Amino acid sequence: MARVIVVTSGKGGVGKTTTSAAIAMGLAKRGHKTAVIDFDVGLRNLDLIMGCERRVVYDFVNVINEEATLNQALIRDKNCNLLYILPASQTRDKEALSQEGVGRVLDELKKDFKYIVCDSPAGIEKGAHLAMYFADDAFVVTNPEVSSVRDSDRILGLLSSKSRRAEQNEEPINEFLLLTRYSPERVKLGEMLSVDDVQDILSLHLLGVIPESKSVLNASNSGTPVILDEKSDAGQAYEDVVARYLGEERPHRFIEDKKGFFRNLFGGN
Amino acid sequence: MSQDSKKTAKLANTLEFKTSTFSVPVLLVATDDLSLFEKQLVQKINQAPEFFKNSPLVLDLQEINIQNHKVDLNALVAVIRKAGLLIVGIRAGNDLQNKQALEIGIPVYPAQDRESVVEVKKPIRVQVVKAQVPTSTRPDIKESVPTTIITHPIRSGQRIYAAGDLIVMAQVSAGAEIIAEGNIHVYSSLRGRALAGVQGDIEARIFCFDLQAELISIAGNYKVSEDLSVSVRNKPVQIYLQDGSLIIKDIV
Ligand SMILES: Nc1ncnc2c1ncn2[C@@H]1O[C@H](COP(=O)(O)OP(=O)(O)O)[C@@H](O)[C@H]1O
Ligand SMILES: [Mg+2]
Repeated sequence: MARVIVVTSGKGGVGKTTTSAAIAMGLAKRGHKTAVIDFDVGLRNLDLIMGCERRVVYDFVNVINEEATLNQALIRDKNCNLLYILPASQTRDKEALSQEGVGRVLDELKKDFKYIVCDSPAGIEKGAHLAMYFADDAFVVTNPEVSSVRDSDRILGLLSSKSRRAEQNEEPINEFLLLTRYSPERVKLGEMLSVDDVQDILSLHLLGVIPESKSVLNASNSGTPVILDEKSDAGQAYEDVVARYLGEERPHRFIEDKKGFFRNLFGGN
Repeated sequence: MSQDSKKTAKLANTLEFKTSTFSVPVLLVATDDLSLFEKQLVQKINQAPEFFKNSPLVLDLQEINIQNHKVDLNALVAVIRKAGLLIVGIRAGNDLQNKQALEIGIPVYPAQDRESVVEVKKPIRVQVVKAQVPTSTRPDIKESVPTTIITHPIRSGQRIYAAGDLIVMAQVSAGAEIIAEGNIHVYSSLRGRALAGVQGDIEARIFCFDLQAELISIAGNYKVSEDLSVSVRNKPVQIYLQDGSLIIKDIV
């Protein structure tokens, strides 16, 4: 059975696209045929992060409007032949998406793919709504600051009331928390919320903590998802996220700041 | 014929009747002294002006009629409107009152709703019965509204309305709103807004495991987060009305 995953947050700039690219690549590298869709119509940048921006011919809106077939629009990833990208249109706005059209494209993708990752735009308007509407699983991307946490809470409310699963009274969407751009040093200085603070507010299953890392910028500059940078902390953290999502147990590696970690190890305070 | 059906088809697209449930405060009037009534009404409104500003209202005439007061409906309506409330109906009126109401465009609600008014006014009695009488013979309870139980978190932007008591087994996030005509229980953190007794039940209470609310209100008497002292925050408390003011006490 194919699964539709939405990567969502409410707030912009928290790391949704970075996350979508990383987990789509992670799933594909583990042998699952995966498609990743850019729902951010008008602001496309998933194709930049995936490094396929110069191969875009047709886009998501073309497929919805039946101006192109899925096969024409899907771009095969240069690093992994089980990964396909459906880019967003840069010349249309979000009104070009329709619920019926999105549902049709997802149904067609489900026949051929194991995972379909939907990279949501920011906000709670049409684009974000359609990205989450058909989801089976939701990765709620949150930064450790109050406004981002609040927006995530709002999105969680919409997932549980305005999604297809909610409207049709089916099993609710599985909701997972992904805390990104986490900096243990800044948590210690009181400049950021801690994992516990965020968990206290959202009470959600924590799928992973992605540290604030220069490797993310490097990866996006080179057009390769950061998960392929196996030496980087962010890459490893995303690798753990994918493993946990697929049912493996992994300890959280990037919550403690190094010094604090050793201090705890030796029982000091 | 075909012309006609075309017209209907067109009309069907321009409008649609839907049924919705709204929560509207009910005002029970129990006096024929209109100037006293006006004074008290204004006092009441001044306690929570935002709550009452342009608020829709159903006027309940049961007490007036039981006590056989002679009140001119038009005069009563004028006083209420002057206070800034918008009457959207009367209930428990007699034939004359109903007729007068309709003449000035106020809908008349069937008197069968009276039972629930009685319950709201005597909630303690109902609750005691609830607690003691086993499920079989409980004629009193038949009309009482069932308790609403919510087991999932109530997130920012969500709003829950319960016609009776409301029990929430999970957290209520900041930016969420829970509203009940009866009592509210939250067996987790209460960070949003909680309004109990919204139909005027001054006996309603709020219970929560961890008070961090943005606003708490019982029968329109409210406190905002800023009014909550540190001594009552972040712990299990109950909230009730005493002589018109909200009391927040530890649950021991
Ligand atoms: N873990 C991280 N460490 C450092 N920078 C990050 C991290 N995650 C995202 N960023 C940066 O944050 C910005 C926004 O990320 P993006 O994935 O585009 O967010 P969104 O899709 O939610 O708007 C980008 O410049 C990206 O490089
Ligand atoms: Mg994005």
